[in-house]
Amino acid sequence: MYTEKVLDHFSNPRNMGEVEGANAVGTVGNAKCGDIMQISLKINDDGIIEDVGFKTFGCGAAIATSSMATEMIKGKSIDEAMKLSNAAVVEALEGLPPAKIHCSVLAEEAVKAALEDYHKRREEAK
Amino acid sequence: MRKVYMDNAATTSLAPEVLEQMMPYLTATYGNPSSVHAFGREAKTGLDKARQQVAAALNAELDEIIFTGCGTESDNTVLLGVAEKYKAKGNHIITTNIEHHAILHTAEYLEKHGCEVTYLPVDEFGRVSPEQVAAAIKENTILVSIMFANNEVGTIMPIAEIGAVCKEKGVLFHTDAVQAVGHVPIDVKAMNIDMLSLSAHKFHGPKGVGALYVRRGIRLPSFIMGGGQEKGRRAGTENTAGIVGLGAAAELSCVHMAENAERMTALRNRLMEGIEREIPYVKLNGHRTQRLPNNVNYSIRYIEGESILLMLDMNGIAASSGSACTSGSLDPSHVLLALGLDHETAHGSVRLTLGDETTEEDIDYVIAVLKKTAERLREMSPLYKG
Repeated sequence: MYTEKVLDHFSNPRNMGEVEGANAVGTVGNAKCGDIMQISLKINDDGIIEDVGFKTFGCGAAIATSSMATEMIKGKSIDEAMKLSNAAVVEALEGLPPAKIHCSVLAEEAVKAALEDYHKRREEAK
Repeated sequence: MRKVYMDNAATTSLAPEVLEQMMPYLTATYGNPSSVHAFGREAKTGLDKARQQVAAALNAELDEIIFTGCGTESDNTVLLGVAEKYKAKGNHIITTNIEHHAILHTAEYLEKHGCEVTYLPVDEFGRVSPEQVAAAIKENTILVSIMFANNEVGTIMPIAEIGAVCKEKGVLFHTDAVQAVGHVPIDVKAMNIDMLSLSAHKFHGPKGVGALYVRRGIRLPSFIMGGGQEKGRRAGTENTAGIVGLGAAAELSCVHMAENAERMTALRNRLMEGIEREIPYVKLNGHRTQRLPNNVNYSIRYIEGESILLMLDMNGIAASSGSACTSGSLDPSHVLLALGLDHETAHGSVRLTLGDETTEEDIDYVIAVLKKTAERLREMSPLYKG
């Protein structure tokens, strides 16, 4: 049911763990639904995502979409990362079963939540 | 890579001895058992023998066994048939909230068509008590249907005691024994069971064939209408080879039941002890002793069931889970929720069910892989704090 790409990201997840010195963290989902994704970012003064990490409680697709999403935003600017869509994550994984599309939505939301956290922290620091 | 099949509650392998007995009915003995000629009569002898074997396995009479297409058909026949046949007497059915969907979805259908259904809640181990059943029986109760053993957590119900209650109150008692037949002793007379569903592929028989035991004196409408097969109780040309396989598998599992149960229980306990020794934060689902000899079900906290299955599968181990991602809905298994598990714990369940082929080496391999799987997934989990 999963593509090779999904299975690869599931068994060899990229950027797994919490980023040391993270200056933004976003957590979405809940245990009741069976998916929780947490994305931590280290964004430098130029607004570039220097490092990214994920932690996910969830199914194979949830883990693979988290992994793929982190790979897609690493080294990108905040503006570029904001444009990450769930469809792009699905495409990069060469497809997901229809019942698992919500996992890619969650991955997009986790990235956005982390970026919002970054903006919030910046506002508070001012 | 080592391959270990630990999903025998889903289905079992076909025993070679069973296939051997089926083969003639898939080849030379192809007659229609309803035909009067020699070809037909020869096919009929296969059905007759299978009926004896199944009746013997349950301590039932020959004319009390009806062959069906599967366990689900047997369950459907009972619920829909009793509701139809006894509607003048009443419309109330009692069952439990951990039945298989073959019962639950049929009961829900009947509720939409004028029946009243009581879903008895189970305790934390998955059991209902005879007292609960007695208290639920009313003037208009026409049927009590309670599974013999649960397919997910393996809990065995106090069937003989419930049978006694139903007999005393004069209410028909059906049990879905799909997971129990061939694994634990069943005596429909001693246990006061009026109707019982079973399925061949759960005890090393073929798929696509089941049976329904209906006590003498109870006549249900035929669920499948057509010809006069099975004395008019189930139409359609018989699945001769399948039925022969069902009979052979029933006999085989009953002959070896005691030794199989002893061997399987020892392996099951080895697996349970290993999991509890090697993996912290696990919860046994179901009853510690009142459970099927081949069923192990744990929730592994902080991780999710489907990812556990995937990782086990990548290591050659076939298992199952009650997580939402494997149930095809947004909610985890109704059975685990009925036992009082919270969603998170239910999502993290893994069911390992042993079979005739399971060895000690398999068990040790499963423990080692499951330990690594739990560690790996916990490393990824934001819920796990180490």
